[in-house]
Parts: sequence; C-alpha cells; structure tokens
Amino acid sequence: MNFLQQLRLGFRSLLLHKLRSALAVLGILIGVTAVIWLVALGEGVSYQAQQQIKNLGATSIIVRSIKPTEESNSEGGSRSGIAYGLLRDDYDRILANVPTITKAMPMREISREVRNGEFALDATLVGCTPEYFDINRLGIERGRPLSAADMEYLDNVAVLAYEVAERLFPIEDPVGRAVQIGDEFYVVIGVAEQRTASAAIGGSLAARQYDKDVYIPLSTFRARIGDRVITVRGGTFQNETVELNQITAVVDDMKAVDSSADIIRDLLRRYHKLLDYSVVVPKELLEQAETLRTMFNVLLLLIAGISLLVGGIGIMNIMLATVTERTREIGIRRALGATKGEIVQQFLWETVVLSGTGGLLGVAFGFLCGPTVALVRRTISELFPEVWRSLPPNIRDLEPLLAPWSIAAAFGISVGVGIIFGIYPARRAANMDPIEALRHE
Amino acid sequence: MSSVATENRPETGRDVVASVRNVTKVYRLGGEDVKALAGVSIDFHQGDFVAIMGSSGSGKSTLLNLLGCLDRPTTGQYFLGGNDVATLDDESLSRVRGRYLGFVFQSYNLIQQLSVVENIAVPLAYQRPTNPDGPELCLRLAKLVGLSGRLGHRPNQLSGGQQQRVAIARALVNNPHVILADEPTGNLDTATSLEIMDLLDALNNAGRTIVMVTHEPDIAARAKTVISLRDGKIESITHNG
Repeated sequence: MNFLQQLRLGFRSLLLHKLRSALAVLGILIGVTAVIWLVALGEGVSYQAQQQIKNLGATSIIVRSIKPTEESNSEGGSRSGIAYGLLRDDYDRILANVPTITKAMPMREISREVRNGEFALDATLVGCTPEYFDINRLGIERGRPLSAADMEYLDNVAVLAYEVAERLFPIEDPVGRAVQIGDEFYVVIGVAEQRTASAAIGGSLAARQYDKDVYIPLSTFRARIGDRVITVRGGTFQNETVELNQITAVVDDMKAVDSSADIIRDLLRRYHKLLDYSVVVPKELLEQAETLRTMFNVLLLLIAGISLLVGGIGIMNIMLATVTERTREIGIRRALGATKGEIVQQFLWETVVLSGTGGLLGVAFGFLCGPTVALVRRTISELFPEVWRSLPPNIRDLEPLLAPWSIAAAFGISVGVGIIFGIYPARRAANMDPIEALRHE
Repeated sequence: MSSVATENRPETGRDVVASVRNVTKVYRLGGEDVKALAGVSIDFHQGDFVAIMGSSGSGKSTLLNLLGCLDRPTTGQYFLGGNDVATLDDESLSRVRGRYLGFVFQSYNLIQQLSVVENIAVPLAYQRPTNPDGPELCLRLAKLVGLSGRLGHRPNQLSGGQQQRVAIARALVNNPHVILADEPTGNLDTATSLEIMDLLDALNNAGRTIVMVTHEPDIAARAKTVISLRDGKIESITHNG
C-alpha cells in the first residue's frame, strides 16, 4: 500500500468511531493550541518588556533618588523636614568625572493638579531639560519640545503628554493655550506622542508612566516650585527637600556602560551618607529580561508538553481499545498475507492520522490567538470599562506574538507523540497469533 | 505413505502444487504433550478438489492451519511453490500466504468497514510487487461470483451467501496455488450451501486446486477426493466419481 492508501485507510478506520476519534483528536488539539498560545503570549510579554527596556536606552545609566527608610532618616532628619536624594552637585560631579558620558539630563518630578477651566487632572509635573525628549525617545506630536531658551529665561511653558492633552483639551488644540498648575499659568508649547509605560526600574520603583506627564523646564520648576515640598499626610505636615529626582546619563558605547556605572556608584557613595539613590542600568535589565524570557519559555513548554503527554496517553488508550476491537480484522489481514511490520504500519498510520489531525487543527486554533486576545480585550473594555481601566497597561497593551518555531515544534511533537504512543498498541496488534485472532469473536 | 496422485491416480502427470511430508504437530496443554498430527503425508496436485473430513479432535483444523501457513509443523516438511515452508520465519510465512494461498472461512471473515470491492482487494495490498491490474481484476472477480451489482455494499448489507461469494472472490485475487476452505458452508442454509458448492465446483473445473475442511458428508461428496482423519492420522482416502 502506498502512502495515500495508508492515509485513507487510517481515516476510514477512525471514522468508524467518530466520537471516540474526535475526543482523541481533541486531546492533541488542546495540547498543540496550548503550546502555540502560551509561547505567543510569553513572546508578547517579553517583547513588551524588551521594548520598554530598550526605550530606557541600552547605553544609558539611570540614577534615581530614593527616600530613605524612617529608621535611617531619624538621625539625619531635623525639625525642618528631611532632605534626601540626588543633588545638583551630583549632576555636575558626574559630568565632570565620567568621561564616557555623551549626554546627561537631570530631572525633577512631583504630583500636581493641572487645570484648564473646568477640566482638571492629577498629573506628574516633570522638570527637565530639552534633552529629555531625545534621551527618552519621546516624540512630539504637535508644537515643539522644550528649548534651551525656555531654560534660560525661566519661561512658564509646558509640553503635555498625549493623554493629558486629550483630557484637558478634549476639543480644541492645546498648543498656544494655557494650563494652570498651582497659582501659575503655563503656555502649552507642544504635545508629546502617545507612549506606553516603561518597565519598572529596579525593585524600588514602579513602572514609569508617561501618560500623566506635564513637562516644564527644570529651571522654571526650581524657580516656581522649589526643592522643598510640603505635604499633609495623616494630619501632620511632611516636609521633604529633594533637588533632583533622577539623572539620566548616556554613554558613547554599550561596553562602557558597566564601568561608567561603577564610577558613578563610587562617586555617589563618597558624597552620600545614606543610601538615598539607586543606580539602574537598563542593559542589565535587558540581560535579565532575556534570561527570564528563556526560563519563562522553558516553563511554558513544560506545561504544554505535559498537556501533549496527556493527549498522547489518550491516543494510546483509544488505540488499545481499537486493537482489541479489531482483533478479527488483524487476523484476517495476517492470513491474507500481511506481515507483522505491515500491521504495525497500519496502526501507526492511524495514530499519526489522529495526532496529525489534532496537530493541524491545533495549529489552526493557534493562529486564532491574536484575534481571540483582541476579542477578549474588546469585550472587557466594552462590558466592564471599570475593570478595564484598573488593569495595568502591560496587560491592556499585550499583543501575543506567534512564534513560527512554536508552530513547527507543536505540530512535530504532536505527530511524534502519535508515533510514540502508537507503537505499543500497534506492536500488540502485530504480535497476535493469527489463528487466535481469527477465532476472536 | 499416502499420496493422492502417485498411488491412487497414477494416470496423471499433473504438477504437485503442495505437499506435506510426515508432518507432526505436538501441542503442550496443561503440561502434557498432545499430538494433534501424528505423521501425515499428502500431495496436492494442480486441479485437485480435496475434502478433509474427521470428527472433532481428529486434527483436521490443525492440518488446515499448517496448510495455510498459519502455523508450523513440529516435525516434517511442507513444500509449497517448490520450497519447504515448514521452517520459514513469520515474515516469510506471511509472504507465502499472500502469494500462494487463498482463504475461505466458515464465518466469511470480511472486513466490516470495507466495501465488497475493497474486501476483494485486501490481499493485493500485501503483494510484492504490486499488481498494476488490481482494480480491474477485483471488478472481474466480483462479476465472476455474481456480485457486480453490489460493489459498494458493506458486508452487513449482504446475505451470508453473498458474503461467502465475496470471500471466494477475495481468495482468487492473488491467483493462489491452493484455495483453502474451512467449512465454507458451515454458516449457510442448504440452498445457499449448494450455490456456494456450485461456485467452488466451477472454479475447480476451471483448474483451481481446492482443499476444503468439512464435517458434512454431503458437502464432502462434492469433492473429487475425500481424506478422512482420525487421531491425527489419515484413516482413508476416497475418490468420488
């Protein structure tokens, strides 16, 4: 019998028990679909993480201010509140002492209500230099970014994040209009492009969200708002003094990142008594993410492999039942000239048809991963908008990425599972004594 | 030594197509040796129609299994197609069955999920090399046994007699040296039995060699030669007509 005849015979034998065969196929189908979906989601998550880390810049070093713990600041604190974090002097020292740095950018941020008439929202007011947009790869949608002149003249100008602009100016073009922050008015000179949140930096900081930002010149920030921030918390005034929240330094070469980061750490250690800063190297995050991705994929494959194994056992179960049921047929075929090998082949073809069908359907369902995720997303956002808004942006923006290797692997493994789990039933069929088999009722 | 041709019918110069020499078959049952065949020798010639008779336990089924290469003798030789097949391995025995033998069973033994014409074609699947005229041959044989109008039917859509006709067509498809029939009319009523015997007669008259096991004397009477077995030995050989 040739290949096509074998295949046809296999299909026909399986069609004798449609439900049973369909269930066996389902087992493999679920396994294969699971492999493809899990890998696609995993790839999507890691792609997102990598993009975010890349947006931070593989050649950049980020130094953040951290508020020291209560214990450690009790000695350094005074009645006038606590002062912590990076200093403008730190910025100058870093620039002066690390020759590999090509660009550096100090930054200050604080939570403030921003208002346009009746429209208001709690925004993150970011004091920065013009380099901010370049270093963070944040494009300008309308208007212009901050300029050196804005810095010099302490202008009251602001660049709005895309979402902030949408919320405060739902209808009109914000460029050229004014927004109110505290008692001051700022002229909107530009609107930034839409931008997803960046990865969490280190363990101590939450993901940087760009969608609530309002950017003003750092010099203006210092002049209008100052370093000291007074907040009311739990009925008592808290008084914090922070000069800079973040310094981003960009070096000329990826290879220089680690050594430059070490110099910066040494420098800061010398001038800070408390550990009120942290140095984050996105390149390291990238490497960590890579390791994490590999581990994640291995784990997913393990889970999917187990489901394929279960599917394979299902197939074996069904084939054993089939072999017992078709003992007579086996006896007939043996009497009419079939060798053991040909009987093995016949039953192996049947299992391969079963698992191959499951595999092909599984791949077909695998391709539905993207549309399914999109459908689920739409359903949730329309039916439960509250739930939708409360989801972290990482999940809202998750796009599964079909990995071609996972499709090939899943299909290959499913056929392999069919062969492996088909061998025992097929051999059992072939090893029957033809005389006994013919007598079988 | 009992030879159908050499001793009892010396006139023919016909070819010997199958020949068993001093075959014995010993089974071990419950720690005891049971001699199912105790030295049987027979020659089957081209065009023979032999009925093997005997009571239960006489060894006729064992002999048929040996003749059908479904089993190997404990001692002795079995020449089929010019070779001693008594000592062949399982795979070679399969090939010998597929090449030299045709089987007709009491319970027809058709494959239920296959149609008439597909059942006829089953032995062709195991022929080496493949017969290029297979499909046409199957149609011709279906016509020969009078089933050309039922090619697409499944066995369960046919009467017992029709099923046995399919089985006979199937037994012919590989152009075997010998057709082995095990109680071919055992499951059939008298009228149908006669039809089947007519068909076998016609095949024999056309030159086919048929060896048939039966316990019905009137069916055995249709054969040219009747061999009676008792206790694993040939008791008598009778020539009809």
